[in-house]
Amino acid sequence: MPGTAKRRTPSPQWLLLVPAFALITVILLVPLGQSLVRSAGSPDWTLQHYQTLFTDGVTLRVLARTAMTAAMVTVIAFLLGYPYAYLMTRVGPRLRGVLLVIVLIPFWTSVMARNFAWIIILQRNGPVHSFLEQFGLDIVLYGTVGGVTIAMSQVLLPFMVLPLFSALSGIDRRLLLAARGLGSHPLAAFWKVYWPLSRGGVVAGLILVFTLSLGFYVTPALLGSPQQSLVAQLLGQRTTQLLDFAGASALGMLVLVVTLVLVAWANRLGGTISAIGVVAATRTKDQP
Amino acid sequence: MTRALSDIETEAGEPPAPRPRRTRRSTRGVDPIPWWLFVIVFLVGLYFILPTLIVIPMSFSSATTFQFPPKGFSLKLYENFFTNPVWLTSLRNSVLVAVLSATLATVVGTAAALGLHNLTGRLARFARTVLMISIVTPAIVIAVAVYISFLKWQLVGTITGYVLAHAAIAVPFVLVSVTSALGGFDPKLLRASASLGAPPHRTFLRVTMPLISRGIITGAIFAFVTSFDEVVIALFLRSPLFQTLPVQMYNSVTVEIDPTIAASSSLVVTAVTIICLVLQFVGNRGKTR
Repeated sequence: MPGTAKRRTPSPQWLLLVPAFALITVILLVPLGQSLVRSAGSPDWTLQHYQTLFTDGVTLRVLARTAMTAAMVTVIAFLLGYPYAYLMTRVGPRLRGVLLVIVLIPFWTSVMARNFAWIIILQRNGPVHSFLEQFGLDIVLYGTVGGVTIAMSQVLLPFMVLPLFSALSGIDRRLLLAARGLGSHPLAAFWKVYWPLSRGGVVAGLILVFTLSLGFYVTPALLGSPQQSLVAQLLGQRTTQLLDFAGASALGMLVLVVTLVLVAWANRLGGTISAIGVVAATRTKDQP
Repeated sequence: MTRALSDIETEAGEPPAPRPRRTRRSTRGVDPIPWWLFVIVFLVGLYFILPTLIVIPMSFSSATTFQFPPKGFSLKLYENFFTNPVWLTSLRNSVLVAVLSATLATVVGTAAALGLHNLTGRLARFARTVLMISIVTPAIVIAVAVYISFLKWQLVGTITGYVLAHAAIAVPFVLVSVTSALGGFDPKLLRASASLGAPPHRTFLRVTMPLISRGIITGAIFAFVTSFDEVVIALFLRSPLFQTLPVQMYNSVTVEIDPTIAASSSLVVTAVTIICLVLQFVGNRGKTR
């Protein structure tokens, strides 16, 4: 770019970026950079804090639990999100608009209101507990990883549905009709023709939901239990209770790197940040 | 596969271009939608709105616990919300922080969107990624890093700290919506304005601004809601002297078991819904113009 005189006004336009960069740099990049330095350089240049993560016995267990929970959330979001996104591509514009508004509701429901509602729903003697008791099941989901999974899946479903909808609405259904015209069973036509075409959106949605699940803090803190904490809780606890800033920074960097790698991967497959852009765009641009 | 991918593969932050819609009416008879799909989608839709459905009746409960279904009907929780100084102060703090941080984020975000407009190439892409970084970074990682640095800078528990942190995480939302508004912007208008003798600042105020105002307003509202509802960073930056409404709500389920959170929740849910409807209205007006 520099050197090519294609643009008529190159330098003044770049100046417009300065305020935003100053803000992001000072408030986000410097603290993250200090975290990195702290994790590897206190008191001296050392990888000891990272080593501790893998040898203290606790962190690895929490990381495994977090990955398991994220995987469960991702599977649930996929199983519920795929039919939803599929139907969105099939119905008329009016019903599609309604379905889109509904899918955005979790995105708009206040974080604390939503978690409070899940406490009510999942608590002992709450609606879910009473319902299960009728079948002789004394299961309280509040305070368990199961409860956390249910609450997280609900709020992450939009991030599955939107990239899927984007991918599915690009598929030409006449291909399916052609397959069936050639004698294929509807299910076989779906599996052989439609599913492979949708796989790009599926993979993007899976990675996106999995990645976002890794960082959840409020939901596991309120609906889970300290005995079964997830990595975000561990991170918070090491910072504010144990004041182990170097250890917390190392763990934070680990979570950050894993997240960024997954996001970069999803982005290569198509549309992670743009999936979030879709959420924004659906509010700003015309509803389909 | 490549076709489906190319459809969603867009520049970071840019919404996918609207694709031409085929009429599928002719295929309806041979290609029916199975009825059970509607059942599944209905249940999933219920799952989406379940928390909202629970919160509103809870707020009219007369009980002092979290029991559901709520016992009796009263406005006691609302009365408590609007008379208890702890709740009122938290609400005031939240509004203050959200207004200030949304203003800051909108100004710097709009400038950045204009700065990046029509720029392509590696450097511009890198710049956009840096500005969007907070969207892909887990809130807890930001919260912990910001908390430790802010401790040193003595910003924990201060309104300045809250405003700066919230503005930084709201910038991507402004960037996305202004960029999307700029997508339909014809650069020939700028040259036309300049050729008619308008200096650049006049061109900006009279030509650019009116055309992208919808994107700016949307971005500002997004930034406001982002800050108003932000809880993770807020939990780390809180102090006994300064906390926001989400933090007080958090306290009310962890420390106090105070059912006033039900009133607070339904007020916030209602407020955000109204904001969304306004946003929708702004959007639709722009469309028909």
